[in-house]
Amino acid sequence: MTAAIEARGLVKRFGKTKALDGIDLTVEEGRVLGVLGPNGAGKTTAVRILATLLKPDGGTATVSGLDVVHQATAVRRKIGLTGQFASVDEDLTGMQNLVMVGQLLDLTTRQAKIRASELLAEFDLTDAAGRLAKTYSGGMRRRLDLSASLIGRPAVVFLDEPTTGLDPAKRDDVWDMIRALVKQGTTILLTTQYLEEADALANEITVIDHGSIIAHDTPQGLKRQVGGQTLEVRPTDVASLPRVRELMIRFGTREPEQPAPDLLSVPVTDESALTQVVAALSAENISVSELSLRLPSLDEVFYSLTGQNRTAADATTTKGAAA
Amino acid sequence: MLRDSLILARRSVVKMTRNPEQFIDVTLQPIILTVVFVFIFGGAIAGSTGAYVEFALPGIIVQTIMFTSLTIGVNLNTDIQKGIFDRFRSLPIARSAPLFGAVLGDIVRHSIAITVTLVFGAIIGFQFQTPWWHVAIAILLIITFAVSLCWVSVLIGMLARSAGAVQGLSFLIVFPLTFGSSTFVPASTLPTWLQGWVAINPVTHVIESMRGLLTGSTSVAGDTTTGQILWVIASCVVLVGVFFPPATWAYRRKI
Ligand SMILES: Nc1ncnc2c1ncn2[C@@H]1O[C@H](COP(=O)(O)OP(=O)(O)OP(=O)(O)O)[C@@H](O)[C@H]1O
Ligand SMILES: [Mg+2]
Repeated sequence: MTAAIEARGLVKRFGKTKALDGIDLTVEEGRVLGVLGPNGAGKTTAVRILATLLKPDGGTATVSGLDVVHQATAVRRKIGLTGQFASVDEDLTGMQNLVMVGQLLDLTTRQAKIRASELLAEFDLTDAAGRLAKTYSGGMRRRLDLSASLIGRPAVVFLDEPTTGLDPAKRDDVWDMIRALVKQGTTILLTTQYLEEADALANEITVIDHGSIIAHDTPQGLKRQVGGQTLEVRPTDVASLPRVRELMIRFGTREPEQPAPDLLSVPVTDESALTQVVAALSAENISVSELSLRLPSLDEVFYSLTGQNRTAADATTTKGAAA
Repeated sequence: MLRDSLILARRSVVKMTRNPEQFIDVTLQPIILTVVFVFIFGGAIAGSTGAYVEFALPGIIVQTIMFTSLTIGVNLNTDIQKGIFDRFRSLPIARSAPLFGAVLGDIVRHSIAITVTLVFGAIIGFQFQTPWWHVAIAILLIITFAVSLCWVSVLIGMLARSAGAVQGLSFLIVFPLTFGSSTFVPASTLPTWLQGWVAINPVTHVIESMRGLLTGSTSVAGDTTTGQILWVIASCVVLVGVFFPPATWAYRRKI
C-alpha cells in the first residue's frame, strides 16, 4: 500500500505562536485518520497545509505522492476540502454554488448540474436547492460545503470538524456519508474534538495538542490507553454516595472521580461493566437517577495521556508565557 | 484560465443582481443623478435644462463608473473574509482566475451603467452630436479607464482588514477625483486654486474626452478631443504601471 497522505516534520508559525511544532502524519490509501485535539491544537493549520492553502515553515508533505508546495495544482485535482467554516457563496443558491464548483472542475454545465442534483439529494438539500445559501441554517450550510468538496469525486478528502454544529440526526447522516466515501475507496483525514467521533469513523487516531503529537494509535489502542469507557452514576440519594463509590472501585480501573457533588465517574475497560453495576446496585437497594456508559471526553483523554489536567496545564503555560 | 475566469465573472454578475445595493449603483443611481443635476441644478448652472443635459451626462457616466470600479476591492475583500476564496484555492484553477473573473464581471457592470445612463439621457433630451463610432470609442475609453483604475481598489481590498475599511478608503480617493474635476461645472468657473488640480486630474480629461466624443465639444477652451484622449491613455498607462504590480502582488499573497 502507498501512503495517500504523508507529512514529515511540519512546522508552522504565526508570529510568536507555533501552531505546528513538527508533526508527522501518514494515511494509507483508502483509510481514515482522525486528528483529535482541543481548540488551538493546530488541527486546522495542519489541514490547510495538506490542502495547499498554507505553506509550511518547515517539513514536507505529499498527497497522492504529490508535493503540496511544489505541485499544489496537481494536488488540488486530487483533493476535496471541507474547511472548519463553510466556504459557500451566500448570494448564490445551493444549486448555483455546486454548479459553479463543478464547472471550475472542468465539468460541462450539464454534467455539473447532474452531479449537483445527485449531491443535493444525498445531503437532503433538494428542497432548498433553489434558495440562496444565506437563508440556510448552519447545518445546511455545512452540508452544502461538504457537497461542494465532493463534486470532483476526490481521492483524498479533508474534513475539518465536519460535524461541529450539527444536530445528532444530521451528525449521523454525515457519519453515514463518510462511511460511504470510505467504501468507495476514498482516503479521509478528519479532525474532531470528540473521541467518540474519531472512534466511530477512523482507522487510526492522532492526538495533538499545542502543535505536537501526544499520541497515535488505533481507536482500540487509544481507548485502552485512556481507560476505555467512562461509567457515570448519579444516586438519587446523596447519602448513598460512599456505598456507590465502594462498588465502582470494584469495576473501575482507578479511583472514581466526582465531577459534580452528586455524580461519580470511573473509567472501565470491561464491556459488561454496565450490566454488572446495575446488578450490584439493585442487590444493595441503591436507587439511581442517572446511569451511563460513555467514551471519555477530550479533557479526560488528555488527563489520561498526559497525567495533567488540560485547563491546569494551559494555565501554567499562560503564566509561563506572561512571566 | 479563460473559462474559469468567465465562470467566476458570471458568478459576480449573478451576485450583483442579488445584491440590491450594487444593482442600484449601476441602474437607479445614474438616473437619479441625472434627474437631480439636470432638472434641479441645470437651470441655474447652464441657463436651461436642455443645454445642461448635454454638458452633464458625460460627467454623470464617468462618475458612476468611477464609483462602480471601486466595488471590486470591497467584493474581493468580502470573498476572502467569508472564506469563499478558500474554496477557490482548493480547486485546480489558475490563481489569477478569481481576480480576472471579478474584473470581467465589473466590465459587465460598467456596460449596464453606461447603457442605462445613455438611454435615460436620450429619453430626457440628450442629443448625440457625433457619428456612432465616436460613441463606441467613448464607451471603450471609459471602460479602459475604469479597468485601469480598479487596481487601486484591488490593492486596497487586499490590504485592508474589513470590507467597510475598503469602502471608506476608496471613497477618500474617489471624492477628490470626481468632484475636483469638470464633472458638473465648466473648469473655467472654478476657483483658481482648484483649477490647478482640475487641470491635472485625469478624471477631468476622461470627462472632456467623453464630452468631445458624445457632443463634439469640450468645456476646456482650445483643447482638442484627440488631445484629451491621449491624456486619458497616458493616465491609464500610469495607473496600471503604478498599481497593477503591487495589487497583483498583494493578491498573490492572499491566494
Ligand atoms: N492566521 C493565523 N494568524 C495567527 N495565529 C493563528 C492563525 N491561524 C492559527 N493561529 C494560531 O495557531 C494555533 C493553532 O490554530 P488552529 O486553528 O490550527 O487550531 P485548531 O486545532 O484548528 O483549533 P480549533 O479547534 O479551535 O479549530 C492557535 O494558537 C491559533 O491561535
Ligand atoms: Mg480548527
